[in-house]
Amino acid sequence: MQSGIVMIAMSVIVFFGVNVVGDPIDMLVAPDADQAEIERVIRDFGLDKPVWQQYTVFVSNAFKGDLGTSFIFGESALKLIVERMPATLELAFMALLMAIIIGIPLGLYAGLRPNAISSRLIMSGSILGFSLPTFWVGIMMIMLFAVMLDWVPATGRGDTISVLGMQVSFLTADGFSHIVLPALNLALLKISLVIRLTRAGVREVMHMDFIKFARAKGLSANRIVMVHLFKNIMIPVVTVLGLEFGSLIAFSVVTETIFAWPGMGKLLIDAIQQLDRPIIVAYLMIIVVLFVVINLIVDILYSILDPRVRLQDAAN
Amino acid sequence: MNTPNTLTVKNLKTHFFTKAGVVKAVDDVSFSVKPGEILGLVGESGSGKTVTGFSLIGLVDEPGRVVGGSILLNGDDLARKNEKQWRELRGKKIAMIFQDPMMTLNPVLRIDTQMIEAIQAHEKISKQAARERCREALVRVGIASPDERLTSYPHQFSGGMRQRVAIAIALLHEPDLIIADEPTTALDVTIQAQILYEVRKLCSETGMSLIWVTHDLAVISGLADRIAVMYAGRIVEQGSIDEVLDAPLHPYTKGLIESVPSRNKRGAKLYQIPGMTPSLLNLPAGCAFSSRCSAKQSDCLVATPEITQLGEERQVRCFHPVKQEEMA
Ligand SMILES: Nc1ncnc2c1ncn2[C@@H]1O[C@H](COP(=O)(O)OP(=O)(O)OP(=O)(O)O)[C@@H](O)[C@H]1O
Ligand code: SF4
Ligand SMILES: [Mg+2]
Repeated sequence: MQSGIVMIAMSVIVFFGVNVVGDPIDMLVAPDADQAEIERVIRDFGLDKPVWQQYTVFVSNAFKGDLGTSFIFGESALKLIVERMPATLELAFMALLMAIIIGIPLGLYAGLRPNAISSRLIMSGSILGFSLPTFWVGIMMIMLFAVMLDWVPATGRGDTISVLGMQVSFLTADGFSHIVLPALNLALLKISLVIRLTRAGVREVMHMDFIKFARAKGLSANRIVMVHLFKNIMIPVVTVLGLEFGSLIAFSVVTETIFAWPGMGKLLIDAIQQLDRPIIVAYLMIIVVLFVVINLIVDILYSILDPRVRLQDAAN
Repeated sequence: MNTPNTLTVKNLKTHFFTKAGVVKAVDDVSFSVKPGEILGLVGESGSGKTVTGFSLIGLVDEPGRVVGGSILLNGDDLARKNEKQWRELRGKKIAMIFQDPMMTLNPVLRIDTQMIEAIQAHEKISKQAARERCREALVRVGIASPDERLTSYPHQFSGGMRQRVAIAIALLHEPDLIIADEPTTALDVTIQAQILYEVRKLCSETGMSLIWVTHDLAVISGLADRIAVMYAGRIVEQGSIDEVLDAPLHPYTKGLIESVPSRNKRGAKLYQIPGMTPSLLNLPAGCAFSSRCSAKQSDCLVATPEITQLGEERQVRCFHPVKQEEMA
């Protein structure tokens, strides 16, 4: 219900917003085309109608699963985007995984030993992760790891194999070496976020009475950290990370551009440069749908992790 | 009279090293508890009762530290234990029930998880057998339909129920000593009475010793065998419950007794000790109670009164103890 309203609102904003910027006709016809040629193109693309009519056409088509046809490629915008989606999703998932695998242990360590020098280093590092611009770090990473050290390729996506009908690259050696750098670049901000969240959670939960009571029961430090502490800090971490997954996909625009990663983000940038309205609109609509789906999944995860929420829902 | 003590605390000192200075939360505290005995530890808020309890179970947190004294549990000095030895003692030989039942159980773990782990921390025992023990423990503290309760989460329980679970956990290993830190203050009066009755019964049945921390003299009078009154980190008076309540020697104890509603004469205005607990950061010279004491004399401001031993178990820390004819 709520998500329905969000999607309608977004479609209006996106559609009209895109229609305000630039005139795609200049891009679509050859500079030497005559007036008749231009008018034919305008009619073909339905650009002669008023904007609100274009919108109703768009909406009725959208319900049939048609988000418009790319001005440039002459193909279904939805199809073009869906083709690129696995590459972007793969990159985003990889980045998410890195944020978890790197961020949580570092955050735990920094939270449990707040005064250690290593903890302070971790926290300063996370501030850097927050404040350095993604594109700059990306370029530096290419310079260092690809050009100077020659550990991994600088750009592009490696060999893919088909898993459950999706083309994925991280399972092949070549693909993996290609994805590490862009994924790390994309993950940097999230790693810093997870470190801070985890540390804050640890600091808060460790002072709770139930941790002291667990110690009073004679439990080992290991069990207290891995069970009593961990289960509690996972609630905010999973919630925030889930919601941030959407922004990983959105931010991948920058990373994909730097690393020439053939995903949706790159498609979007190209489409913006060429004023390929249907692609832009379709991309943004898909992002909205993704956010809605992600929110749903986060809600479900949240209720699995937190029994207090679970039982409230059952009662309603 | 000659039974060996379960617990003997001698000159215990627990200080907090804060930025503002050293807080002597427990300062030169000595007392003992015999098997099966219930000791009431009474005092106003901030007098150091909880810190005393945490000291006995080795859970004083930074910036606090036990800086002196000895804690003998069945003759074994706990003050010398390392963290691993402490872990083996906690829950097994000494258990503690906390002040706030709403916060003692982990909100995201089921009751059975939290009870079974407490058993398995000290015994190699199958989950099934451990679960059976948990069931029995819940029944023992008066929880109906224990099977259903075991698979619940803490937030499905009322405060009284949670405190019963905490007591059940404390009882799992039948420890030599249980420290109960105001376990019933957060509960309503009927539930409080029930729990008190059950705890008393369990103590006499199992022979374990209990330290019952409270600021409520009315609760302690029906429960404890002995009483120790704490003020500003020190024990100012202790003795058997009857002696202390009927004939208090320290002006502070006397004030406490007079401010209990039920003991007051009908219609008389409820007495209240004037003033507040002094900051432990900079205690005045001399007796810590002097600023609030009606029996104060000039020597009280000069030196700190030492403990006067009166008989086997009776002690008082005051230059001018209450004379009995004053307690009419
Ligand atoms: N972490 C700490 N840092 C500094 N001082 C502390 C700390 N914990 C306790 N104290 C000091 O120890 C004193 C005794 O506190 P304690 O909690 O033992 O009081 P209490 O007798 O249990 O009071 P209440 O009836 O309110 O529970 C307090 O006055 C406080 O100033
Ligand atoms: S020593 Fe003096 S001030 Fe302190 S309690 Fe006794 S009479 Fe009062
Ligand atoms: Mg307390």
